[in-house]
Amino acid sequence: MKFLPTDIPVKIQVRGLNFFYGRKQALFENNLDVAEKKVTAFIGPSGCGKSTHIRTYNRMYSLYPDQRAEGELIMDGRNILGDDVDLIDLRTRVGMVFQKPTPFPMTVFDNVAYGIRLKSRMSKEILKEKVEKALRDAALWDEVKDHLHSLGTDLSGGQQQRLCIARAIAVEPEVILMDEPCSALDPVATYKIEDLIGRLKTRFTIVIVTHNMQQAARVSDYTAFFYLGKCIEFGDTEKIFTNPTEKETEDYITGRFG
Amino acid sequence: MMKTRSKTVRKLVNIAALLASGLSAIIGLVFLVWILLDVFSKGIGAINWKFFTELPTPPGISGGGLANAMLGTVIITVLATILGVPLGILAGTYLSEFGRNRLGEIIRFLTNTFVSAPSIVIGVFVYAVMVVPLGNFSGLAGGISLAIIMLPVVTRTTEEMLRLVPDSMREAALALGAPYWHMVWKVAYRSAGAGMMTGIILAIARVSGETAPLLFTALNSPYWPNGIMQPMANLTVTIFNYAMSPYEDWQVQAWGGSLLIALTVLVMNIAARMVVRRAGKSRKR
Repeated sequence: MKFLPTDIPVKIQVRGLNFFYGRKQALFENNLDVAEKKVTAFIGPSGCGKSTHIRTYNRMYSLYPDQRAEGELIMDGRNILGDDVDLIDLRTRVGMVFQKPTPFPMTVFDNVAYGIRLKSRMSKEILKEKVEKALRDAALWDEVKDHLHSLGTDLSGGQQQRLCIARAIAVEPEVILMDEPCSALDPVATYKIEDLIGRLKTRFTIVIVTHNMQQAARVSDYTAFFYLGKCIEFGDTEKIFTNPTEKETEDYITGRFG
Repeated sequence: MMKTRSKTVRKLVNIAALLASGLSAIIGLVFLVWILLDVFSKGIGAINWKFFTELPTPPGISGGGLANAMLGTVIITVLATILGVPLGILAGTYLSEFGRNRLGEIIRFLTNTFVSAPSIVIGVFVYAVMVVPLGNFSGLAGGISLAIIMLPVVTRTTEEMLRLVPDSMREAALALGAPYWHMVWKVAYRSAGAGMMTGIILAIARVSGETAPLLFTALNSPYWPNGIMQPMANLTVTIFNYAMSPYEDWQVQAWGGSLLIALTVLVMNIAARMVVRRAGKSRKR
């Protein structure tokens, strides 16, 4: 299967996506669908282009003048690769969590409030409520409720990553991108994040890049396998892991390379 | 076949290198301590209450102080900081955030050249473009010339410190929908803050000991500062004048002024180190 069946709501349609770092092409004609309010996982060996791919969904690459994307990413009927797209608006709709936790050098509270304050002005009470809700949603509230005004950088790695998730969901985006969110974390912290993903997908469309195939199998509804910049196979996670169509997919998930 | 060098030879070479580098360090330190001790022993005699509160006396009359010069130096340094630091921060921000192009390279090269420009050249420049057309020496001209000396130092440290802020931090802020300027203002400056602060303190310390540029701009004055458009007393030029004078009272006061400046610069350097250390502590874990 290349695309989702028509009865499943699609949040982002990826059609003929090419990507270039300067003159070097990194993605070749990627096609897939990101289902709304589901978890889509990208798997594949290092350097296969899965991170490059996910970074086109919020135009993160636009920060670097020598990087460019071609093709179509249709989100709610509009190509977000277009020049007329407002990046600030796009990024409030498409949030991102990075590989390494990136707390800002400010308090736990201010970290979560950063995005909320950007979006609108509000009274202190409402801001507090929103911060608390985001921290609760990120399953971090109980651990930090007494340290809201200590530095976010003083938290443990796993807590920092959940802080980043809280920060991302605080602005209530429609899509959350996660670029290997657990690769710097220990198994316990990883379990907490996976558990969180399972609960967040009722409200958000989630796309997760992961090196860990078990993780993809555990958390995702759909999986795309990338290899050498191509999206080799896309489909139901269960089908990809039990009965893949392409030989490369089978070789990768059975551990013959990668 | 390979020739093996004997262990004894290697050990001897090691000892020789150790001795040579240790000796060089000691020679450097000896001069530093010598200067400090000399300034201290000769200057401490001049330091008393009057030294900090009174105007200078004419030669021959003992007593008096350098209060006007101290105030003048503070005013000129504050002027230089107000003019030089914001500009330097903005220029450094441009270089780090937007200057990855041809224009940036040119500015960066000029900045690096300017860092080592002789300060007397800058003094003469301000004399030619400001003092001569306006027809008089002024504290403001002194502040401007010191600001010009600070500018490249602040620009360079700001750029270097901002470059140490990882791109992932920038991306994280931008990914939340922050406009670029907001990210720089709220996240990058905060992250680079301690380093930038250190650069600013060191730049202030550097200009607070400058003499040559003030000689052509602020000149000097035996009176209290009387507006920034008038010649202004300042410590360094006073030291220069007093040290060259034949009067022993003045020479002692020159030593006192030197001690004061040396201590100020020392304190500022220690303050700069403390800013770095405190930032390092809170960033641990």
